Amino acid sequence: MDFNLTEDRQMLADTLGRFLGEQYPVEHRIKVAYDAPYHDPALWDQLVELGALYALAPEDAGGMGGTGFDISVVFEALGKTLCPEPVLGALMASRLLAAAGADLEALLTGATKYAVGITEIDAPYELDQIATVATAKGDGFALSGRKSTVYGGQVADVVLVAAKHGDGLGVFAVQAADANVTGYGMMDGGGAAEVLLDDTPATLVMANAEAALEDALNAGIVALCAEAVGAMDVAHWTTVEYFKQRKQFGVPIGKFQVLQHRAVDMLTEIEQARSIVIKAAAELGGDDAAKYASMAKNMIGRAARLVAEESIQMHGGIAMTWEYAVSHYAKRLIMLDAQLGDTDYHLSQVMKGYAA
Amino acid sequence: MDLSYSAEDLAFRDEVRAYLAENLPKHMTDAVRAGGELTKEVIEEWHAILNRRGWLATIWPKEFGGPGWTPVQKHIFEEECCRAYAPRIVPFGLNMLGPVLITFGSKEQQEHYLPRILDGTDWWCQGYSEPGAGSDLASLKTKAERDGDEWVINGQKTWTTLGQHADWIFCLCRTDPDAKQQEGISFILVDMNTPGIEVRPIKLIEGGYEVNEIFFTDVRVPVGNLVGQENKGWTIAKFLLTHERTGIAGVGFSIQALEEVKSIARKTMRGGRPLIDDPLFAARIAQAEIDLEAMKITNLRMLFKAQEQGAPGPETSLLKIKGTVINQELKDLARRALGPAAAPFPGHVTEGNLMFGPPDTEHNAARYFNNRKTSIFGGSNEIQRNIVTKTMLEL
Repeated sequence: MDFNLTEDRQMLADTLGRFLGEQYPVEHRIKVAYDAPYHDPALWDQLVELGALYALAPEDAGGMGGTGFDISVVFEALGKTLCPEPVLGALMASRLLAAAGADLEALLTGATKYAVGITEIDAPYELDQIATVATAKGDGFALSGRKSTVYGGQVADVVLVAAKHGDGLGVFAVQAADANVTGYGMMDGGGAAEVLLDDTPATLVMANAEAALEDALNAGIVALCAEAVGAMDVAHWTTVEYFKQRKQFGVPIGKFQVLQHRAVDMLTEIEQARSIVIKAAAELGGDDAAKYASMAKNMIGRAARLVAEESIQMHGGIAMTWEYAVSHYAKRLIMLDAQLGDTDYHLSQVMKGYAA
Repeated sequence: MDLSYSAEDLAFRDEVRAYLAENLPKHMTDAVRAGGELTKEVIEEWHAILNRRGWLATIWPKEFGGPGWTPVQKHIFEEECCRAYAPRIVPFGLNMLGPVLITFGSKEQQEHYLPRILDGTDWWCQGYSEPGAGSDLASLKTKAERDGDEWVINGQKTWTTLGQHADWIFCLCRTDPDAKQQEGISFILVDMNTPGIEVRPIKLIEGGYEVNEIFFTDVRVPVGNLVGQENKGWTIAKFLLTHERTGIAGVGFSIQALEEVKSIARKTMRGGRPLIDDPLFAARIAQAEIDLEAMKITNLRMLFKAQEQGAPGPETSLLKIKGTVINQELKDLARRALGPAAAPFPGHVTEGNLMFGPPDTEHNAARYFNNRKTSIFGGSNEIQRNIVTKTMLEL
């Protein structure tokens, strides 16, 4: 048993933390996250140069990591600064491409930006409800359907799309230029896109891709959960610092027991969330990956909402302003619940194991 | 990071498992499973079995008769004991007074008392709480006044767990009435057979009898019964409370409780199907299971930290808060799963008389009520929040 990060990962965490701390101060983040293209292309290039994407892919696929702990180190650092760069799409795409034995070089060098299209309006989380259909056409395929809230889709060169293929699901590569892509900014910053596919040309990346899609989702969930832990940490400690500054009735509000106890409860939930994310990261790629990813996402949904709402409430009006960082942390923490399966969905996944 | 136990730890776990399989008598596991109160005889018998193997005083150093385990080994042992439905070790002599004597006691005190704790000669109880001093221990009023070679003790202690069986009590007494609150308190050992001591049982919410009030009227004990320095008892009290909180997450007991909830919900029918197939109830179980799963890791993280840094830190307060809340939630779910079958008072409807509801659930509602204590004792969860506020949030 060892809960210390390995030296390599600690170094990665420090390097990323320093880079993001310097290059992504909250004022800058707020600016780029809400203006098209909803991220900072120059800083994306630097992030890629630092090797952030290599850390997400396994060695045999050309990367330098790819374990649950590599993923969580990267995303916790992203979460601490609310970095809106489209790293999630790169992570999930790298899992799919690696599973298909495809070349990852263009992805890892940042030459090609990838997004992953699984979600549909009527199937936000469920693979078995996907309606998008692939039909053979000439040498390749044509896809019809609508992929919704494709994170990072507003700047993607290629979208990897999950579509019905024969009796199962296939993963197809769609050039963004060939599809009807409508990009937009999100409530919590960063960008996404609606991708309309109407007899759109596509190439098959992988047939019978259920297991690979499942794995990509699990990896994405570990990433989002780690991102949330980073963001919760900052929201919590910002609140505790504020307790020392803000005075009411002549004393710092941190002297009020009712606030102290609520801050302790936040801390307790954050530590619990950190624990379950460690567990999910450890299980990623194994037989029980889905179960622990669901447990983590459920708990993150609850803890993140608690931290977001309590941080706003205990700050008072100041956290309601656009200018104050906590409001943006709160938005991210609330909105990421709906990404890749919300609290209730993942609770139902855990319950499936109970059948009498 | 590596969440798995080392090869040595796994071998140790197997050793513990094998030992328990061989040496834990069935009448004990039956009694623990049934969930009622255990008799003094059963507890003493179990203590003696463990003592023969050298596994009784799990947190004592080797030179005093402990097994010399790491925090992780101690955790594994506790978890395996829970899994096997072994009786709980009574902590007052072993986990509380023992470490105090080892750290603060004189050589004579160590040589006299420690072996008697191990061999079961002395059953100890704890004299901390008073009617006006619970989690707020510093307001205690029980006085010990020096008269020649003796302390003369007057006052009242309360919530004295299993004090009805005890031969000795360790007390916090005020020895300097003029000093500030936390100053002027001393840690004194008292023979329960001393004239002037009266033990009165307190009947608890579920009808059980495990705590007592203890009255001291001109109780005279030798000055040599003082542990550590006069008026420095607060240091000992704090030391002991941190020890009391280790292992207090009760992960093993919650794992047991989760199994019980699931087992009841599989046997109980609602709307023509097992309760566990009801999505509302299953969701409640799943939520508790997820919290417990996180707690297992939180607990291991703290253990790892303790192992690296040598002592448990203020994080034990977080464990206490969350661990007790999870355990109480699971006990609540078990009670609710039984529905009306939880209604009979224990002993009123039993096998051979008339039985309804799933087996092994007779004491279920009683356990739920009794278990409300866990967020109150050992420093209430509110006091734990105060500790975290000071030590971790630095407010």
